[in-house]
Amino acid sequence: MLKKLFDKFKNENEEKDQKIEDVENNKQAEASASTEENEANIFKRLKEGLSKTTQGITVKIEDLIKSYQKVDEELLEELEEVLITADIGVQTTMEIIDHIRDKAKAEKIKEPEMIKVILKDKLKEILGEFEDDQQLNIQPSPAIILVVGVNGVGKTTSIGKIAHKLKGQNKKVLLAAADTFRAAAVEQLKIWGDRVGVEVISHQEGADPAAVIFDAIQAAKARKVDVLICDTAGRLHNKKNLMNELGKISKIVEREYANATRDVLLVLDATTGQNAIQQAKIFKEATNISGLVLTKLDGTAKGGVIIGISQELKIPVKLIGVGEGVADLQEFDSNSFVNALFGEE
Amino acid sequence: MIFEGLAEKLQNTFHKLKGKGKVNEKDVNDAMREVKMALLEADVNFKVVKDFVNKVKARAIGAEVLESLTPGQQIIKIVNEELTELMGSTQSKIAFSSKPPTVIMLVGLQGAGKTTTCGKLAKLIKKQAKRPLLIAADIYRPAAIKQLQVVGGQVDVPVFTMGDKQNPVNIAKAGLEHAINHGNDVVIIDTAGRLHIDDELMGELQSVKESIKPHEILLVVDSMTGQDAVNVAEHFNEKLGIDGVILTKLDGDTRGGAALSVRAVTNKPIKFAALGEKLDDIEVFHPDRMASRILGMGDVLSLIEKAQENFDAKKAKELENKIKSQSFTFEDFLDQLQQMKNMGPISQLLEMIPGAGKQLKGLEVDEKELVYIQAIIQSMTKKERQNPSILNGSRRKRIAAGSGTSVQQVNRLIKQFEQTRKMMKQFTDMEKGMKKGGKFKLPFGNRF
Repeated sequence: MLKKLFDKFKNENEEKDQKIEDVENNKQAEASASTEENEANIFKRLKEGLSKTTQGITVKIEDLIKSYQKVDEELLEELEEVLITADIGVQTTMEIIDHIRDKAKAEKIKEPEMIKVILKDKLKEILGEFEDDQQLNIQPSPAIILVVGVNGVGKTTSIGKIAHKLKGQNKKVLLAAADTFRAAAVEQLKIWGDRVGVEVISHQEGADPAAVIFDAIQAAKARKVDVLICDTAGRLHNKKNLMNELGKISKIVEREYANATRDVLLVLDATTGQNAIQQAKIFKEATNISGLVLTKLDGTAKGGVIIGISQELKIPVKLIGVGEGVADLQEFDSNSFVNALFGEE
Repeated sequence: MIFEGLAEKLQNTFHKLKGKGKVNEKDVNDAMREVKMALLEADVNFKVVKDFVNKVKARAIGAEVLESLTPGQQIIKIVNEELTELMGSTQSKIAFSSKPPTVIMLVGLQGAGKTTTCGKLAKLIKKQAKRPLLIAADIYRPAAIKQLQVVGGQVDVPVFTMGDKQNPVNIAKAGLEHAINHGNDVVIIDTAGRLHIDDELMGELQSVKESIKPHEILLVVDSMTGQDAVNVAEHFNEKLGIDGVILTKLDGDTRGGAALSVRAVTNKPIKFAALGEKLDDIEVFHPDRMASRILGMGDVLSLIEKAQENFDAKKAKELENKIKSQSFTFEDFLDQLQQMKNMGPISQLLEMIPGAGKQLKGLEVDEKELVYIQAIIQSMTKKERQNPSILNGSRRKRIAAGSGTSVQQVNRLIKQFEQTRKMMKQFTDMEKGMKKGGKFKLPFGNRF
């Protein structure tokens, strides 16, 4: 009896398999077409978002290179200027220029056009050092992402966008409103929660942020959430007490959610100058930053400071914000970033 | 600490220069290269730096310096003068309209701190016996209106809102109407943060401007902004014709070169500086003081002004006499601590003391420490407070037990007290010198 049933089942299954295969083949074809489209879209958005940024650096470099017949000190000096105005910072700029000078000398490079190639490679090298770490660290579930940064860089907005992104990947997401300091920060996160369709754990304004995180972790465990994203109050990195508060939050996470995969994201505003390096340095000491989110790249700011940060602190950039739309927070890819910076595909 | 890194660099440069009896063109060029690097590191825009350096160089290489007996100091003087010039030589306040209400509109990029600054500004203006009204015209950012309402509630200033379904022009118009009907003589409009290259949103601001004709359009700029500050300021100024700038987040450790850049491209004054999370933390911007702060000369005037604002004048006079007669006691110390608490965080005060920038770098002042100090003093008898010299071992032990601290802590406080006494004496001497010679001799004056 059992065997009969089993045989029947087997036959049916075989038939089904056949059918599924056909469907799958079709689907695959469709899927590959749509990912291509998707990729093109992402690139388009990136390029569009960066177009103002790009205009700055590429046009300047193009003009510069065209106006010189050969590689000389004057050219390098002007290139230095372009890099500094991109907020790359004096020290990193000097290092890059020295590298170009040495390489040009060693390989007897005369054509200014080649300078662009060397520069591009160098930037890719600096930014691409951590290619493996550029994904959000949320595997395996459960995972917790702590989002920190100074005031007004776009932490809450970025969280809304990250939540949207993860939800699209069929993850169960929960948000923790641990910015209990700024007026209406909790409401702001709640509105994002409604928009994206994820729940938000919150306390009263003025409550202890560590307590919010504690509750959120308990809730995440009970509801079997894949990713818990914690918003924190903006704090200037030179405020010792506020930085200690972050340490306390980290401790709570460690104690209460030891099995969770952890990611600590520092959000930086692309318009920020050299102070961003200081921010990254001190936040790293306080909470062990594992990735950067660079926001507001759709302005005219070049965000060059991330090159300085990558060079000095070795923290990978994970996400970049290139617009106001929900989908405008993208995974960072050093190759396409540098290419887009130079207006190429 | 504001501009502290920059100041340190410049000081080193000048120190090298100062030692020279004679400078040649090469010395000037070397020094100028250092100045250039220091300013660039401080996020001053490249073009602004270039202009600045060229200006200084032209003057420095001229006869007035090379033939001077103290060429190093001459160059420093020129740098200082040009820097002050660049920062704007006079401070400017809000120009209140003779026909109220005075309309102030705050604009800027996202996250610059407009909403918080609205609250601070409202509080500051309220102190001047005005009746401000806040208008919530940021209809885009989630909960921005709520934020302004909360901030308004904290400073006890009414907030006019129409929700986020109306367009900002209508909100501004209706808000102004409301102000006229309710006797508000100052109106502060909070607008949504926007990119300076977003034509649509910049157009919206232009329409608001057209419809309510603000007396002051203030651009709110994050003091941590990098090279791009120039583009931002240029665009906002071009589209709206700004009247001034508010610099925010100056309590961070940014060198704040953006201040110089914005000033240089717009030629509009920086009117206010916001430096803290509390709604009191805003002050009128003093360009001349800021320039000397860049050069590490401290901000004595701000300090004195702050003290004047918060100190009880009569008590201060008493204290001054006591310091002069050196009969300063623990009781006065306690009193002073109370008043100092009213002035704001100690670390902020320290930054303003000339020379403190370098010497006190890295010094952390723990506000909680003050509570202990208070407890220790309060555990002393009256006699002990008035005459600290009688504090022997057993008294100290008793005080420690009484205040819940350790003998070491008590010892430390007594030592600190003695030092403070000494420092106070220095200050009074300085003051005397100022009156006599008419010249303010700074304790670190010989560092240059």
